[in-house]
Amino acid sequence: MSETTAPASTGLPTATRDGVGASPLRPDGALKATGEFAYSSDMWTEDMLWGATLRSPHPHARLLGVDTAAALALPGVHAVLTHEDVPGEKRYGLEYADQPVLAFGKVRYKGEPVAIVAADHPETARRALDRIRVDYEVLEPVSDPLRAAFDPDCPLVHEEGSVPDDGRHRRGGNLARHQPVRTGAFAEGATVEELRARADVVVTGSYEVGMQDQAFLGPESGLAVPAEDGGVDLYVATQWLHVDQGQIAPCLGLAPDKVRLALAGVGGAFGAREDLSMQVHACLLALRARRPVKIVYNREESFLGHVHRHPARMEYEHGATGDGALLYAVARIVLDGGAYTSTTPAVVGVAASMGVGPYAIPNVRVDAYGVYTTNPPCGAMRGFGAVQACFGYESQMDALAARLGAHPVDLRVANALAQGSRVITGQRIDAPLPMAEMLLRARDAPMPPGRSALPDPADPRTLPGGVSATVLGEGVVRGVGYAVGMKNLCFSEGFDDYSTARVRLESVGGGPAVTVHTAAAEVGQGLVTVQGQIARTELGVERVTVLPADTRVGSAGSSSASRQTYMTGGAVKAACEAVRERVLALARERGPVPPGARLSLSGGAVVSASGDVLVPLAELLDGSPVEETREYHHRATRMVDPVNGQGDSHVQFGMCVHRAVVDVDVELGLVKVVEMTAVQDVGRAVHPQQLVGQIQGATAQGVGLALMEEVQVADGVIRNPSFTDYLIPTVLDTPPMRIDVLECPDPAAPYGLRGAGEPGTLSSTPAVAAAVRAATGRALTRVPIRPEDIVGLPAPRRRR
Amino acid sequence: MRVTFEVNGRPVTADDVWAGESLLYVLRERLGLPGSKNACEQGECGSCTVYLDGVTVCACMVAAGQAHGRRVRTVEGLSSPGGGQRLDAVQEAFLEAGAVQCGFCTPGLLVQADDLVGRTARRGLGVPGDAEIREHLAGNLCRCTGYEAIVEAVRLAAERADAAVRGGAR
Repeated sequence: MSETTAPASTGLPTATRDGVGASPLRPDGALKATGEFAYSSDMWTEDMLWGATLRSPHPHARLLGVDTAAALALPGVHAVLTHEDVPGEKRYGLEYADQPVLAFGKVRYKGEPVAIVAADHPETARRALDRIRVDYEVLEPVSDPLRAAFDPDCPLVHEEGSVPDDGRHRRGGNLARHQPVRTGAFAEGATVEELRARADVVVTGSYEVGMQDQAFLGPESGLAVPAEDGGVDLYVATQWLHVDQGQIAPCLGLAPDKVRLALAGVGGAFGAREDLSMQVHACLLALRARRPVKIVYNREESFLGHVHRHPARMEYEHGATGDGALLYAVARIVLDGGAYTSTTPAVVGVAASMGVGPYAIPNVRVDAYGVYTTNPPCGAMRGFGAVQACFGYESQMDALAARLGAHPVDLRVANALAQGSRVITGQRIDAPLPMAEMLLRARDAPMPPGRSALPDPADPRTLPGGVSATVLGEGVVRGVGYAVGMKNLCFSEGFDDYSTARVRLESVGGGPAVTVHTAAAEVGQGLVTVQGQIARTELGVERVTVLPADTRVGSAGSSSASRQTYMTGGAVKAACEAVRERVLALARERGPVPPGARLSLSGGAVVSASGDVLVPLAELLDGSPVEETREYHHRATRMVDPVNGQGDSHVQFGMCVHRAVVDVDVELGLVKVVEMTAVQDVGRAVHPQQLVGQIQGATAQGVGLALMEEVQVADGVIRNPSFTDYLIPTVLDTPPMRIDVLECPDPAAPYGLRGAGEPGTLSSTPAVAAAVRAATGRALTRVPIRPEDIVGLPAPRRRR
Repeated sequence: MRVTFEVNGRPVTADDVWAGESLLYVLRERLGLPGSKNACEQGECGSCTVYLDGVTVCACMVAAGQAHGRRVRTVEGLSSPGGGQRLDAVQEAFLEAGAVQCGFCTPGLLVQADDLVGRTARRGLGVPGDAEIREHLAGNLCRCTGYEAIVEAVRLAAERADAAVRGGAR
C-alpha cells in the first residue's frame, strides 16, 4: 500500500479558499475527463489540409537533388516544398541556428526532414511523399561518440560554418562543448597518480546510460492558419511559445508580430517540445497553399521528430581515506548530442557542474563533452545532463561503500553537502539542504513486507514477469538500493529566463474577479492551477480565470528546468502585488479608510489589520478595473570559467533521495520493482497533490530508464521507433510509492518554493540499479539493465 | 464508402470513408468526437480505448468498416449516453485523486476503468484489489503520473459504486 506525507498548510495568512498550499481541482480537469479538451492534434477547421514530411532514410548523405513533380501532379495535393521554398533563414536552433528547416547540402541523421507536402487527406499526403524522388550520395555514418570526440581522423559531422559559432563553446572538430572543472589539487595541476597515492581506497568504473525517449503521449502536432495580413496563426503544443516564435518568424521571412502562437492542449512534454518539430513546416505549407494546414506525427515519426536524452559514456574514479572521507573524484562524461546542437552545450554545463554529485570532495577533476555524431539529435529531457551523471557517481558511491564495508547511506551521509557547502563550481549553497536527514528518512521508512509475508507468494502477479511467469519464484531474490541526486533548477550560466504575467482585477456581475494572462505552457504539470492559487492568495479573491497562453503577452520562458512555479509563479505574484498596491491606494483615496491604517485584501474586500471589511472590491472597482503586467527575474547567474569550471552558474538546487526495493528473478533476468520511496525537499508545497504527482511521475520515468527504456540506435538508425519496441513502464511495471515531502524554504524564491519536477528523475534510476546489484551481486554498469546483464550471459553482438 | 453505426446512443453516418481509415480516424476527424486519443495508433497505449458493443477495444485497431451497424461508446458518452454535462463517478474520482495531468491518456483510461467498475462494484461484486486494478489497466500507458493516483482513483470510484449498490450514501 502506498503512502504519502505532504504538508497540509503553508501557514500563509489568507482567508481565501484554494490559495497557495491548498490542493484545488485543476481548472482544465473536467474538460480533460470528458474528452472536450482541445489538444494540438484535435485542432480542426472545415477547409484544412494535412501536412506530411519526407525524411532522410540515411543517417549521413550528401543531398544531390529533390524532384517533386510527380508528387505535385497527384490529385488532392496542394503544395510540395523543399529547402528552396524556405523564404527566410534556412536553419533554426535553440542555442545555435544549425538545424535546417528542410535539408540542403547534407543530411546528418536518419529522419531529417527533406520535403513537406500538404494534401486534402493524410493518406493522399503520404502517397505524395512516396512520389518525391531524392538523390543521395551515401556517406559513412559517424556513429561512435568516443571516436567523434577524440579521434582527429574522424570525419566531421559539421563542415566549417554549418554551426554558427559565437565563440562560447565550440572548439572545432566534432565537439559541441567541452567543459572542464578543476578544484583543489587538480586546480594546481596535480595528477591523478599523486592523489591516488594519498588514498586508502580507490574505486574506478566505466558506466553507460542508454538513449531515453521522453515518450509523451500527445504527438507533435498543430494547426497553422494563414492570416489576411500575410502572417500566420499557429496553434501548437510546445514548452515555450516565444522561443518558437523567435525561431519560426526568421525562417518564414516574417516579422515576429506576423507569427502569432497560441498554446493548443499539450499531451506531455518532458523536454521533447523545447525544440521545434513541425512548427515551421505547417506555417510554410499554410502560407503557400493559403489554407489551414494540420500536421500530426504518428508514433514512429515522433521518435524521429524530437530530440532524446543524451546517451552517455562515463569513466569515474573516486579515492577515499580509510574512514570513508572522500579525497578526490575524477570523471569523464561523454554525451552524444547527435546531428544538431539543440541544447547540448547547456546539458554539458549541467553534467559538468553536477558531475560528481552532492558530496564534499576536496579535489575534483571533471571533463564533460558534448559530441556531434550522425545519430539522432539529443537535447532536453527531464533531468538534463544531471540524470546521466547521477547514475555514474551513485554507482561509484555504492562501489566505495562496498569496498569500505560501510552502509551505502552512512557513506553518503558522511560526505553529504549541506547549507553553506560549496558545489564543485565554487558556488556556495545558500539555501537549506537537509541531505543527511533526507537519506536517513529514506533508509528508516518502513519496509514493504517480504515475499514470505504475502498471502500467496506463488501469485504470479507478485512475481517478476507477472502473469506470464513460467516459474513459481524459486529464483527470486530481494534487493534494496539507495541513491541521491542534485539538480540545478531554472536556467543557468547567465541565462535571464524571465517570465511575464498580466493580472486584472475587476468587478464582474457584482463580484470581484481576477484574470491572469501569461504565455506559460501548461504541459500537464498543473501550472494553470498554481497560477490561480497564487492570484487567490495575493488578491483575496476566489474567482480567478487563467486565460489561454499565447504570444499576446510577454514571454514566460520555458516549461522546463523545474522552473515554472518559481518563475511564472513569481511573475503572477509580482503582478498581483502591483495590482494590490493600486487597489489599496484606490481604497485610501475613495473609501472610508483611516489614514495610515494597514490594509490587505481578503474575502473579496479591502480589510483592516484586525480583519474588518472596509470596502468590498466589487464596489471599489465598479467600472474601474485594475490591470498590471510584471516581469519576474531570478537572481543573476554567470557562465562558468571555460578552463576550471568555476563560477556561480546556478539559481537554485533541488534534491531527491530514493530507496528502491526490488525482487529479481536471478535465473530469468527479470525484475519487479516492489516499492519506491522518495524523499524530496520542495521548500514550500504550493499544491501538495500536484507536487506529489510530479515526484511519482519522475520516479516512474527513472524506473523506466533503469530497467526498460532505450532508443536502440545501430549505425545511426533507430531500431525500435514504436511503443511495441520502446517500452515505457505500464501500471504493472510501476510500483507503489511512498513519497515523503520536506519543506525547508529557500528565502530567495517565491513562497520559499523549490522547483520539483526534475530531481526525482535523477535518483530513481541509480537506486533501482543499486537494488538489482544487491540482489544479484553483479556490477551492472549500464542502464537500462537487460535480462542478459542479470543472468550474466555475454551480451548479444550489437552492431555499433 | 458509407459507414453507419451508433455512437453514444446516437445514430451516425460518415460518407466517403477510405477503406484504410480506422474507427479512431472516423470518430476524431469525421464525427467531431476527438476525445479518443491518437497517441500510438498501434494498439499499444490504450489512449483510444472505446466500447464496441460493450467490449473495450483500441479504436485505432478497428477498421472503420468493422464498426458498421454496431454500437460504440466513447469517453464523450461516459457521463450519460447521448450527452450531458454532469461528470460520471469515475471521471469525478480521477479529478479528485489527481489522476489527470496532461490528460492524454485519460479518455482511454476512463473507459477502461469504467469497464472494471462495471464488471465488479456496480454488479455488487465488491471493490477490486490493487492487483486486479493494475492488471485491468495494464494496456493503458500514462507517462505523467506514475499511475499511483490512477490506481487510487479507480479504487475510489469502485468504493463509491460499491456503497451505492449496497444502498449507502450517494
